[in-house]
Amino acid sequence: MSNDDLKSQPADPTRRKFLLTSGSGVAASLVVGYVPALARDAAGEVDLAPTAEGPNIEGAVPITLRINGREHSLRIDPRTTLLDCIRETVTLTGTKKGCDHGQCGACTVHVNGKRVLSCLNLALMHDGEEITTVEGLGTPDAMHPMQAAFLACDAYQCGYCTSGQIMSAVALLKEPCGTDDASVKELMSGNICRCGAYSNIVAAIQQVRKNV
Amino acid sequence: MHIFEFIRPTDPAAAIAAAAQSKTAQQGADVRFMGGGTTLIDLMKLNVETPDRVLDINRLSLDKIEDTADGGLKIGATVRNSDLANHPKVQKDYLVLSQAILNGASAQIRNMATVGGNLLQRTRCVYFRDTAMSCNKREPGSGCPAITGHNRTLAILGTSEHCIATNPSDMCVAMAALEATIHVQGSKGSRVVSFGDFHLLPGNTPHRETVLEPGDLITHVTLPPPVVGSKQLYLKLRDRASYEFALASAAVMLTIASGRITHARVALGGVGTKPWRSPEAETALAGKPANDATFRQAAEAALRNAKAQSENKFKIELARRCLTYALKMASMS
Ligand SMILES: Cc1cc2nc3c(=O)[nH]c(=O)nc-3n(C[C@H](O)[C@H](O)[C@H](O)COP(=O)(O)OP(=O)(O)OC[C@H]3O[C@@H](n4cnc5c(N)ncnc54)[C@H](O)[C@@H]3O)c2cc1C
Ligand code: SF4
Ligand code: FES
Ligand code: FES
Repeated sequence: MSNDDLKSQPADPTRRKFLLTSGSGVAASLVVGYVPALARDAAGEVDLAPTAEGPNIEGAVPITLRINGREHSLRIDPRTTLLDCIRETVTLTGTKKGCDHGQCGACTVHVNGKRVLSCLNLALMHDGEEITTVEGLGTPDAMHPMQAAFLACDAYQCGYCTSGQIMSAVALLKEPCGTDDASVKELMSGNICRCGAYSNIVAAIQQVRKNV
Repeated sequence: MHIFEFIRPTDPAAAIAAAAQSKTAQQGADVRFMGGGTTLIDLMKLNVETPDRVLDINRLSLDKIEDTADGGLKIGATVRNSDLANHPKVQKDYLVLSQAILNGASAQIRNMATVGGNLLQRTRCVYFRDTAMSCNKREPGSGCPAITGHNRTLAILGTSEHCIATNPSDMCVAMAALEATIHVQGSKGSRVVSFGDFHLLPGNTPHRETVLEPGDLITHVTLPPPVVGSKQLYLKLRDRASYEFALASAAVMLTIASGRITHARVALGGVGTKPWRSPEAETALAGKPANDATFRQAAEAALRNAKAQSENKFKIELARRCLTYALKMASMS
């Protein structure tokens, strides 16, 4: 992919769409290896509607998860973490897996409005609870103010930690937190950014807090 | 991860009966209660914990914080760490506990972690977490590679030749200073355990970390009535500013009248094989003038029996300074 290709891309925040529409060899091989669910969904190939069907796993147990206001009746291996269930079973891949051990925050989602790490939770613990992932916050056309602020403040580089950062930041708006930057940094310390976009992340959060 | 059966009991008796079938409540348990899961799931992924049955205790209605008749506080075992730290009464009367919790882990983990689970969180010793290595705590009799290996963050107080692992909890350090009481319900009925008796020294049985027996469910923790006029502080020193375990920490409570210390409670974290209450420091403070010399003497007393390993000698002086500074800051608050 040449620099020109990059420049010619519109300011569209959907990185997946970018990869798929750019038509480069890189994107094509990615698609062959593993078709992202959103892409498949967009192509009308998968039905994300509630289904009692699941892969035929020995020892699988039934569970109903409410994710982003939608009910998913699933059958899962009891060992499945909430993170793997969201990504692999429900195929919402906005939530990321970084460390899988509670040490990075990439997997942050909301359960009943509170931020938690989906990698240190079993999906089964959340039968019937209200789960929100980054896909449930807003859409590219109607972004959550925090998503818009991250975009405006350039609060990311590679973007891998970003959904976790945004989920944390949105939850922080409702938590007891001092007005200064130091308080925000302390309450955001559970989200590691390997690219070091920290100062812009704090700026984005402060921008939103000022406007609420 | 070892396959397990997931059970969601709705009354404590059923949970206790199921857990009582475990061969042990310590390392190697085949039945485990699950609070927030932030310790248990982590260790199950590493195959350090391999329970056959997991009992989710979050539907047992143990999630309340209530005043006790004597003016203290009753904290249910599944109260989340964040809810406890931000509770108005804890912020007002038990500030050291609020500060200790808010200094631990991250906002997300504090939203998940329960009080019962925090009492029982496991050491972060790298050998304990790695099943390819030997470790007396995980596999009794297999040896302790930490003594000749990576021990920079490990304990300097309460160690034995069989294990030098640090108890990593911040919350427990404050509870030790506050003289909390742990309430346990087991197959033989209920009992109370004073905080200092709950965790065990490693000795030659490092796989036994607490007094809990199979079936024992922690139902709640109580705090005694607040000490009037007590100045409280939790100070935590670590390798990075946040989201890191303590190298050394101190929970202090001081009552000062006319420049003299009339009541003192001290506990240390990050340095002991269990949450480390220091009666030596408390004795050194009692009745003395509240000044720098007294604070330093208390710190000397607290660390008098410290024993360094190959990589962690620095922690002895770090802990002394941590305690000295915590006492000074508390006295000025
Ligand atoms: C990345 C990371 C960083 C961390 N940093 C810190 C830190 O800086 N400071 C700190 O103090 N902690 C820290 N922690 C540890 C965290 O505080 C603990 O994992 C948490 O408190 C455990 O609570 P839980 O409810 O999730 O326990 P669980 O994982 O649910 O349970 C832990 C153990 O307790 C048992 N148990 C739970 N409840 C009961 C009960 N009611 N009765 C009997 N047994 C019970 C379980 O069977 C299990 O064996 C960190 C953790 C992670 C992953
Ligand atoms: S210090 Fe304790 S936990 Fe660490 S390797 Fe030695 S025996 Fe195991
Ligand atoms: S993937 Fe969950 S904290 Fe890193
Ligand atoms: S933007 Fe790359 S890890 Fe945060």
